[in-house]
Amino acid sequence: MARMAARRALAAVPVLLGVTLAVFAVAAASPFDPVKAYAGTAGLTASQENLDQLRANLGADRPWYTRWWEWLGHALRGDLGDSGVMRQPVADVVAERIGWSALLAGTAFLVAILLGTLLGVLAARRRGGLLDRAVSSLAYTLEAAPAFWLGLLAVWFFALELGALPPGGLTDTAGDTVTAGQVATHLVLPALVLGLSQLPWFFLYVRQGVGDALDEDPVRGARARGLAERTVLTGHALRSGMLPMLTLVGSRIPELITGALLVETVFSWPGIAAATVQAAVSADFPLLAALTVLATAAVLLGNLLSDLLYGLADPRVGFDG
Amino acid sequence: MAARPVRRATAAILTGVTALTAAACANPDGAGNGAGGPRDSAVVGIAAEPDTLSPLLGYGKDGNSKIFDGLLALDAGMRLRPALATALPTVSADGLTYTYTLRKGVTFSDGTPFTARDVVFTYRAVLDPKTNNPSRSELDALKDVRATGDDTVVFTLKYPYAPFARRTVLAIAPEHIAGKQDVNSGPFTTRPIGTGPYILTGWTRGEKLTFRANPHYWGGAPAVEKFTMAVVKDDDVRATRLRAGDLDAAILPPNLAAGFRADKTRKAHTATTFDYRTVTLPSRNRVAGDVAVRRALDLAVDRQTMVDKILEGAGKPAYGPVPTDSPWFAKGTERRHDLAGARKILDEAGWKPGPDGVRVKNGVRAAFPLWYLSGDKLRQDHALAYASDAKKAGIEIATQAGTWEVIEPRMKTDAVLAGGGAPGDPDFDQYLLLKSELAGDGFNNMASYASPAVDRALEDGRRTSDPARRRAAYDTVQRELVKNPGYTFLTHVAHVYVVADRWTTAAGRLTTQVEPHEHGLGSGPWWNVEDWTPKQ
Repeated sequence: MARMAARRALAAVPVLLGVTLAVFAVAAASPFDPVKAYAGTAGLTASQENLDQLRANLGADRPWYTRWWEWLGHALRGDLGDSGVMRQPVADVVAERIGWSALLAGTAFLVAILLGTLLGVLAARRRGGLLDRAVSSLAYTLEAAPAFWLGLLAVWFFALELGALPPGGLTDTAGDTVTAGQVATHLVLPALVLGLSQLPWFFLYVRQGVGDALDEDPVRGARARGLAERTVLTGHALRSGMLPMLTLVGSRIPELITGALLVETVFSWPGIAAATVQAAVSADFPLLAALTVLATAAVLLGNLLSDLLYGLADPRVGFDG
Repeated sequence: MAARPVRRATAAILTGVTALTAAACANPDGAGNGAGGPRDSAVVGIAAEPDTLSPLLGYGKDGNSKIFDGLLALDAGMRLRPALATALPTVSADGLTYTYTLRKGVTFSDGTPFTARDVVFTYRAVLDPKTNNPSRSELDALKDVRATGDDTVVFTLKYPYAPFARRTVLAIAPEHIAGKQDVNSGPFTTRPIGTGPYILTGWTRGEKLTFRANPHYWGGAPAVEKFTMAVVKDDDVRATRLRAGDLDAAILPPNLAAGFRADKTRKAHTATTFDYRTVTLPSRNRVAGDVAVRRALDLAVDRQTMVDKILEGAGKPAYGPVPTDSPWFAKGTERRHDLAGARKILDEAGWKPGPDGVRVKNGVRAAFPLWYLSGDKLRQDHALAYASDAKKAGIEIATQAGTWEVIEPRMKTDAVLAGGGAPGDPDFDQYLLLKSELAGDGFNNMASYASPAVDRALEDGRRTSDPARRRAAYDTVQRELVKNPGYTFLTHVAHVYVVADRWTTAAGRLTTQVEPHEHGLGSGPWWNVEDWTPKQ
């Protein structure tokens, strides 16, 4: 198990290097000009000399591979550089925001897993029943619904029509302190939307897995031995039915990250996503590179985690070392 | 039997969710309702947020920052008045030396006294090429600044520059803080400390900026204790949050502001502006560069209809960068909408109607593309109206949308729907737009306009401080623009704000300044929020 983790970590190094190299190359090839993005409207009246000086100061006049090599050197020594667009060190930008993103994504993930498992088990017990049919068709609809659309719908219904929940932000508009209570109420809608957008996959996997397990011989055997329905369900069916879902946990992470990006934008949640979008359209190399490394690392870790869980849950699978 | 635990769990979760929702319902809106919120706090909705709050990087360069003060400030009538200086500067006879005496007893919000060293530090840091300030060219005339004592600062200019005093509204940063860190990315850029009426208490990018009143402000502690600027990019969302009472005030497009007309608890404020929309007519284009085509377009365009239909009345026809209600406007340079006159000019210049109705001269079709910034509805509407007016005179204009990255390489030969406007001095806009040396310099003089008479007048206007000679110079510029319009100026766009009717000022009601193209944080009826007092 430890060997597998170590081997994966080793394999992650070239992947991360490749990804950052690609980020620099793509950003340099994009039509976005970092100097123009930096100057904003002031750039529309700035002299060419002023703009050229800015270009030199920002290092935007040098080829992208040189900048990547320098960035790498600094990053390995723990210096992530300064974000041009935020006028702040990249480390500060990340530190200020990553917590809020983690809170949102974590809550959403929890909602998706718990609700998905619960509904999946219920649906599997009476396949073809009213609950199964209702939730299944809802799940297929949700699967097709983009997260930002769900978000807009939620804002319209809960915030504008009902006035029950705040439409966006981290805290009340008038407040200038961040209290747990305010954050909790402001978290409900974005977390619910992000969670719901992930729910169908968990629900459908669990429903299928548990349903299949209920038809298998061990379960029928257990029932025949007169074991309580509850023991049959949790001890036998759920355990083997949950296996495919463990893989899902890891593989949903990329989707969760992109989903969070859209949901954060819709709800003006001050997470890392808004920074990512801004970094991309401003060709802000240092910030973009750091955020991409973070996202890639999260995906790799997610895959490792789901493989480890699978190995633990089903000893027959083992670890690939 | 076994279903019960599951059912119980479902019930528990549902109860939890319901409780959470209920808690959310019970949580009162911080701002309360439109007319009933706390009087010593104001929440305003703005459409864009600043990139930085550091004066060294360009924040507060036009004065009226809530966190900082400049040496001078502008009042409601855009007249200069002393702020951190005790009086307007004394200017040497040759117009090259400006001397300011500083106010005594002013402290930054961290308690450190403000001195001449802070002024010198601020201006030198802005001039330093290593500082990433995109507005540095505005201080182009400044050669050096030095302190001749604790409370005297002397500016020396490279050339006589009449509007220089208007540049000294620039916000002053504390040397003891900003001078000890990286000016481009240090903590000061996001957590500034100044001498201004408000102290920044928080800034969540993309969400809001929060301020509290500076109790030791040299101009007296503001009555509005808490001040919040919520960043709401979408116009409709801003209007909705204003209606819901989440915001006390907001900037709105005219059509959305009209929805509040019947509301007795709120008042609409319309700010006159220098915010123009214009079409650049590049000299290098064989059609748009022809003076006859330019003059014809100037007459063919129906400005009043644009004001009525596109701006819903919130604006004025524009004939140049100087608005018609400015004291600097040259009376008599207004152009009447005259389609027949436009056709006559084109006929006489040899632009004859071709088989498809588009005029032709020497085998050249009277056609050129017009670019506008994609996503900007206002510019799109102006561009389409302009193209349709031009079509009636036989000139075919193909409108195309693009980002600045797409437009910039084309703007030397293609027309662009541009916007701008800096109140304060007639030099600010006209020099950058019309000076032939600035053709193709960044986004300055996009049309590559070149007229020796205009060049001379522009130099005259900035080098003399004699008001009569300045007036004559800018009159010349505006009259030359009638003879050879390098741009078709369309409208000056008024800015509309809706504000809860809960505050008043010494002037009797809330006011606005004449506003620039760009919305600084200090624009809007809250430009002097430090002078607001709650209504009884």
